Amino acid sequence: MQRRVLLGGALALTVTGLATVTGLAPSAFAQSGEIKIGEINSYSLLPAFTEPYRKGWQLAVEEVNAAGGINGKKLVVISKDDGGKPAEAQTAANELVSNENVAMLVGTFLSNIGLAVSDFAKQKKAFFLASEPLTDAITWSKGNRYTFRLRPSNYMQAAMLVEAAAKLPAKRWATIAPNYEYGQSAVAVFKKLMSEKRPDIQWVDAQWPPLGKIDAGPVVQAVAAANPDAILNVEFGADLVKLVREGETRGLFKGRQVVSFLTGEPEYLDPLKDEAPQGWIVTGYPWYSIKTPEHEAFLKAYQAKYNDYPRLGSIVGYETIKAAAAIIAKANSTDPDKMIAAAEGLSLSSPFGEITFRKIDHQSTLGAFVGKTALKDGKGVMVDSVYRKGADYLPSDAEVEKMRPKD
Amino acid sequence: MAFYVVQFLTGLASAASLFLVASGLSIIFGVTRIVNFAHGAFYMLGAYVAFTLTARFSGALGFWGGILAAALIVAAVGVLVEMLLLRRIYHVPELFQLLATFGLTLMVEDLVVLGWGPNDLVGPRAAGLKGAIDFFGQQIPSYDLFLIVLGPLVLGLLWLVFQRTRWGVLVRAATQDRDMVAALGVNQKWLFTSVFALGVFLAALAGALQIPRDAVTHEMDLRVIVDVFVVVVIGGLGSITGAFVAAVLVSELNAFGILIFPKISIILVFLVMAAVLIVRPWGLLGRAEAPVRRTPGLTVNPWRPLTSRERIAVAIAFLLAASLPFYAGNYALAVGAEIAIFVIFAASLHFLMSTGGLASFGHAAYFGLGAYGTAFAVKLAGLPMAAALVAGPLFGLLGAVVFGFFAVQLSGVYFAMLTLAFAQIVWSVAFQWVGLTGGDNGILGVWPERWAASAPHFFWLSLAVAVLAVAGLRIATFSPFGFALRATRDSPLRAEAIGINGKRIQWSAFLIAGTVAGIGGALFAYLKGSVFPDVLGIPLSVDALVMVLLGGVETVSGAIVGAIVYKALSIWLVSQTEWSKLVLGAFIVLIVVAFPKGIVGTLDSLWHRRPSSLKDAMLASKIETAE
Repeated sequence: MQRRVLLGGALALTVTGLATVTGLAPSAFAQSGEIKIGEINSYSLLPAFTEPYRKGWQLAVEEVNAAGGINGKKLVVISKDDGGKPAEAQTAANELVSNENVAMLVGTFLSNIGLAVSDFAKQKKAFFLASEPLTDAITWSKGNRYTFRLRPSNYMQAAMLVEAAAKLPAKRWATIAPNYEYGQSAVAVFKKLMSEKRPDIQWVDAQWPPLGKIDAGPVVQAVAAANPDAILNVEFGADLVKLVREGETRGLFKGRQVVSFLTGEPEYLDPLKDEAPQGWIVTGYPWYSIKTPEHEAFLKAYQAKYNDYPRLGSIVGYETIKAAAAIIAKANSTDPDKMIAAAEGLSLSSPFGEITFRKIDHQSTLGAFVGKTALKDGKGVMVDSVYRKGADYLPSDAEVEKMRPKD
Repeated sequence: MAFYVVQFLTGLASAASLFLVASGLSIIFGVTRIVNFAHGAFYMLGAYVAFTLTARFSGALGFWGGILAAALIVAAVGVLVEMLLLRRIYHVPELFQLLATFGLTLMVEDLVVLGWGPNDLVGPRAAGLKGAIDFFGQQIPSYDLFLIVLGPLVLGLLWLVFQRTRWGVLVRAATQDRDMVAALGVNQKWLFTSVFALGVFLAALAGALQIPRDAVTHEMDLRVIVDVFVVVVIGGLGSITGAFVAAVLVSELNAFGILIFPKISIILVFLVMAAVLIVRPWGLLGRAEAPVRRTPGLTVNPWRPLTSRERIAVAIAFLLAASLPFYAGNYALAVGAEIAIFVIFAASLHFLMSTGGLASFGHAAYFGLGAYGTAFAVKLAGLPMAAALVAGPLFGLLGAVVFGFFAVQLSGVYFAMLTLAFAQIVWSVAFQWVGLTGGDNGILGVWPERWAASAPHFFWLSLAVAVLAVAGLRIATFSPFGFALRATRDSPLRAEAIGINGKRIQWSAFLIAGTVAGIGGALFAYLKGSVFPDVLGIPLSVDALVMVLLGGVETVSGAIVGAIVYKALSIWLVSQTEWSKLVLGAFIVLIVVAFPKGIVGTLDSLWHRRPSSLKDAMLASKIETAE
């Protein structure tokens, strides 16, 4: 009666404890008066992005319920953290679907987590609206009928940037991108589309620092040594800060055009403060200069509630819940097949104007702003920005059908 | 030509910042033998505090004073940590302090977000060193030049302190033989505290000095900690000059490597470390370790197989677990299956650590190879599930054959670091070879076949495999092979004298542990339906280590309890709160203080103190005296 008894006792205790903790049986059936949506995101790993995102969706939930809910039923969102790990996101998805009986899953930020949840959704036949992941695979090469995606994809953002970049006189191009799937595919799509439009350009250097660990000095020197006319940048976050600082000090950007993914989003531009780069062609979200009535209504409501300005994540979070509510309202059911039928081709308004979920690949036509970075009052801003509609920057239907597996 | 000179100088600047962090870690390890996982956390705290101070006090004095003040403040925090936490656990097995500092790191990551908010912070440029100097048309930032000077300056100062002061002599003596220093009447407590304070000061200074170049984020600690460990090991543990040489070597290889292979950075330090350790097992300037006085696996209570009453208890526990599907929902069953899989994983590492005395820091490699092997078997070869579950672990075995061969030539921390290097190499292959592994986006659609698809079936499958794996490992532990392995662990020389081929025995243990971990990985692939590079990553290796230490490294099967407690708790916390790291970290720290031998180890010794087992206790004390 020694160690093993204790061991056995501990095992038994934990098993019973586990059973109570995780819910013996699915006890949380949706009450007849409410509709539950399960939301997953990397709150603990990426608080800088997910905090504004959460504020956005909370605002939308409030608005939906103030307007009478979804066909008279109250909307409830159950939110889970995934710690930035695909495996934990799946555990959370399983809890939401099996224990909480949510009508649909929404959310995710990182591409690999979006893909993990979309594969889970396919396996469990659950509806999934991916809000932020950028990877093209989620709607194309690894697309499935249960998954929809809100944010403009990698391909769409690349196509928007290429349109502006192709007009530049630059012929010698270098690229700097984080060495993982997103960086690699961003560069690949940009290069492909760019070379189609401008067969005369040359790719003179490519730097692939590891994600989150750029040793910026040597990278900047190496790029400068190749003497490019223009640079494509895919770095973001802390890596971007280091790149910009080293690049400015070493004069890398002097006399060179820079085209950069996502840098105009407040999430990435604002931390740079007065060191924000100037004259870069970027995609982003200039919340201060969008004067459409839809956006002004959103901005007013957001600032009134939070006393803070919105980031791009706020738009995405807000629109995710608005879209989810519209899908369930149109389907008038929480049956996945009926929701899919309702979502395909569904059009709704957004702070950026009307968007549509395409039937062919379940991608929304939400667009992005393309403009130039500048300094104003000691802060980085986007100027000359133009809204590019998502629908105009997608490949032809034939190409999409070739890439997307048949259901 | 000017370009190469500038590139060289740039590399030196990177080396200087790396060296500052590494020197502190090396000093701390040399004297206290603590693998200080929290070193990165102190580095990060240094940056955060410096950010606040330099923002408040402007001007040159404000900036440089702020940097220095930040390092001093964080060093004071380090002193508190040493006195309140580490002092209580110096006597417990080595590596256990790793667990404490790991818990601390988790807490600090959440605390900085609570204190400074979630956004990346960008501090001011260095006062007086904002610009660049023109060198034949190439720009060298003046701050880089400052760092290039600072690195060797710190090295020189440390050298002076260690060679020319009484304190330094004591520290060097303690590095070589701390028991002897204690026997000569030196107050170890304060020696350790002061060494820890110096190490933390250097880490915090390095972090503070990053703010003119870097953004301050809550992920800084993990970005730096692994590289720093690697640098310390390449240089030779406890050797500060070695750390400097290693930092220069790694940084220069990176600066010039990216000109030829731009993708090299992600893997470079680990390649260098693997190469150095294979050629020079104690690092560049390290010396062979003094014979180990106290093996991590040495148990006071002698191990023995289960008695029949204990077997009955285990059978009852098993039946209880197996009846879970009759009253639990699908989610609880999926969590149960995940816990069973981690029991397999932790038990395999535990076998290697406690029976073999080999603490692997890269055990996830074999778990992940099992998972990827299974995914390849399904996706590329189109094998059915049963065959894929066999094929997966073979990948784990294959990895263990190759890496184990090199790893068992080393011991102690060097063994740990070489296994870490191998794991990181495998991880970066999976992460980068997008064509084969899908890179970061992983391999999807590895779902179980119909016979195992339902939640109860998969749970039973995982539970059955877990029971078989644990039983198999226990049988191995009490087999003649297990005795030979334990003999090699406790006394390599005596074991060799009686004709045991120690390296071959350890290699075999490595293969067993790798294969069993691969079995866990294969099941994990099917549980999640997908495989991502995470399954090879350092966090997963650390998780396994925590499970083993939590259960108790000196027990036969403590890892089982460690895995159940840690996994269940972490799943529950992640589901319940966004501050799961804070709570989990605090829990680990508490456990370390309350149960310094791990949960099972502590319960075990409590039991042995009872009069009813007086005989055992006497036996134990005899063995203790014999040692």
